[in-house]
Amino acid sequence: MTTFEARDLVVRYAPGTPPALNGVSMVVEEGAFYAVLGPNGSGKSTLLRALLGVVRPHTGEVSLRGIPLDRWHRRELARTVGVVPQLESVAFPLTVRELVAMGRYPHLGPLRAEGEADRIAIRQALEQCDVARLRERPITTLSGGELQRVRIARALAQEPRALALDEPTASLDIRHEMSIFELLRRSVDEGLTVLVVTHNLNIAARFADRLLVLDRGKVAAEGVAEDVLTEEVLGRVYQWPVSVQREQATGGLQVTPLTRPRP
Amino acid sequence: MNRSLLGGLLLAALALSILASVRFGTVSLTSGEALAAILGGGDETHRAIVLQLRLPRALLAVLVGGGLALAGAVFQALLRNPLAEPYILGISGGAAGGAVLVLALGVSNAGSWTLPLAAFAGALVAIFLVFRVASAADRSLDVRVLLLAGVVVGAFFFACISLLLAISDAPTVRTAVLWMMGSLYGATWRGVAMAAAYTIPSAIVLLGLARALNLMAIGEETASYLGVNVEQIKRVAFAVASLVTAAGVAVAGVIGFVGLIVPHGIRMLVGSDHRVLLPLSFLAGAAFLAFADVAARMALAPGEIPIGVITALVGVPLFLFLLRGSLQ
Repeated sequence: MTTFEARDLVVRYAPGTPPALNGVSMVVEEGAFYAVLGPNGSGKSTLLRALLGVVRPHTGEVSLRGIPLDRWHRRELARTVGVVPQLESVAFPLTVRELVAMGRYPHLGPLRAEGEADRIAIRQALEQCDVARLRERPITTLSGGELQRVRIARALAQEPRALALDEPTASLDIRHEMSIFELLRRSVDEGLTVLVVTHNLNIAARFADRLLVLDRGKVAAEGVAEDVLTEEVLGRVYQWPVSVQREQATGGLQVTPLTRPRP
Repeated sequence: MNRSLLGGLLLAALALSILASVRFGTVSLTSGEALAAILGGGDETHRAIVLQLRLPRALLAVLVGGGLALAGAVFQALLRNPLAEPYILGISGGAAGGAVLVLALGVSNAGSWTLPLAAFAGALVAIFLVFRVASAADRSLDVRVLLLAGVVVGAFFFACISLLLAISDAPTVRTAVLWMMGSLYGATWRGVAMAAAYTIPSAIVLLGLARALNLMAIGEETASYLGVNVEQIKRVAFAVASLVTAAGVAVAGVIGFVGLIVPHGIRMLVGSDHRVLLPLSFLAGAAFLAFADVAARMALAPGEIPIGVITALVGVPLFLFLLRGSLQ
């Protein structure tokens, strides 16, 4: 079964401008850890938002679990996919538990009160993300790493079949970045599908089952790390020479940017 | 501050404000006399004063004050703008335009039943214009477009009002200006019924949207990922909050500051959870306006001060006091 699928997707933000996505086709199978890579402005976030129905495609088709996206109801969609967007305002001093409890909205709707099943889902999500001890803290007092884990906990409290995350570890240190990717890997091993947009090539190589590299709105490469993260593909897409080696300690591929020869 | 404690205090304040409103006036009553009159007993003159004049006036203050504060809290949430208040989308301009038009034409005078109808119609015209303009510009009802459309439509109506006032005679201008500052003078059961018919069902709808508004406060896109139908919630909330405001303006004129200051005060005391903020804002706005009305008719008795003057004179220092406390 496919979770996310896009066929010949073209997205144009304004008429007359170059399309943000130009004929993208891709499939994320159920239970996969799927990473979307590419330079700034290559269309990564646009692809994610199109797959989630927030950006409407100009032409092409998007479907979730085999059903066209425009046939999904908002709440049903939210029970199927949990999303951790890149930006979110936290000006509003909620506690950690209150923010995570918002993940129950797709199950409760505007009026129903929290029941036992909801409390269990919230508790499990807090524990899975290792933020249970922060539950009464106002989110405005959290560090960047803690806040990111809380936002993932909110998405998990939706009890979704898939998670979609837009640069979840941008601006985090290596410990927090690793712990988030290990959490995602564990969730995938337990049956969740994960779609993540990231700039970190090495971490994607190490954790993701399949990778997609976008270049100016088109698919530059797609497949397992060994086929996608090649010196040729990355050098062309990022317009910077790189070296790709197998790293001894982890066995993963390691991408190192080289010094560009002076013209 | 504890939420239930504040809720209890506000309920007590509301009861006290209604009692004060019924007791004090040109003829002041004791609490016993006032209660007896409300229950249909006691002195016949007292009963007439209480049931014909003061009780409808007190209830009108409660409905209008509560409605304005609730609408203000909802507008602040939807527009994500602390300066938002119920009149920000041009409703005051439309209502005042309708009122001044019938006054200038000599169709109505202060206290006649056509005045609230004209004001309500004017407010509806303003709401309709703002939403048409905003929807034409952006299908998903971008709050910035809505805000600009509101300000511009409001400015247009005030230009029309200035024109009408410029060509009216002095007594009409005086009546119009006093109406625009707001007053509960001449409250009738008919006015109470009209305000209640709009305010009570609207308040129930808005309170039911509290959880969705909480989600939208962390961002419209995030809210939609959490299953909120953002466009639908925005449309319903704007429309209903506008109706409450229009009904309030129609029966009591443009009463400023309640819808701006009360929600901020409650937010400073108990935070931004709309499930708490909305009902407590209603209670606080209701009590505040009922007390303000007592002050409006007692301060310069037997004359009356426009109630909008009291809400500003009392509300602003109170607000500054809360603001100072919240920063410490």
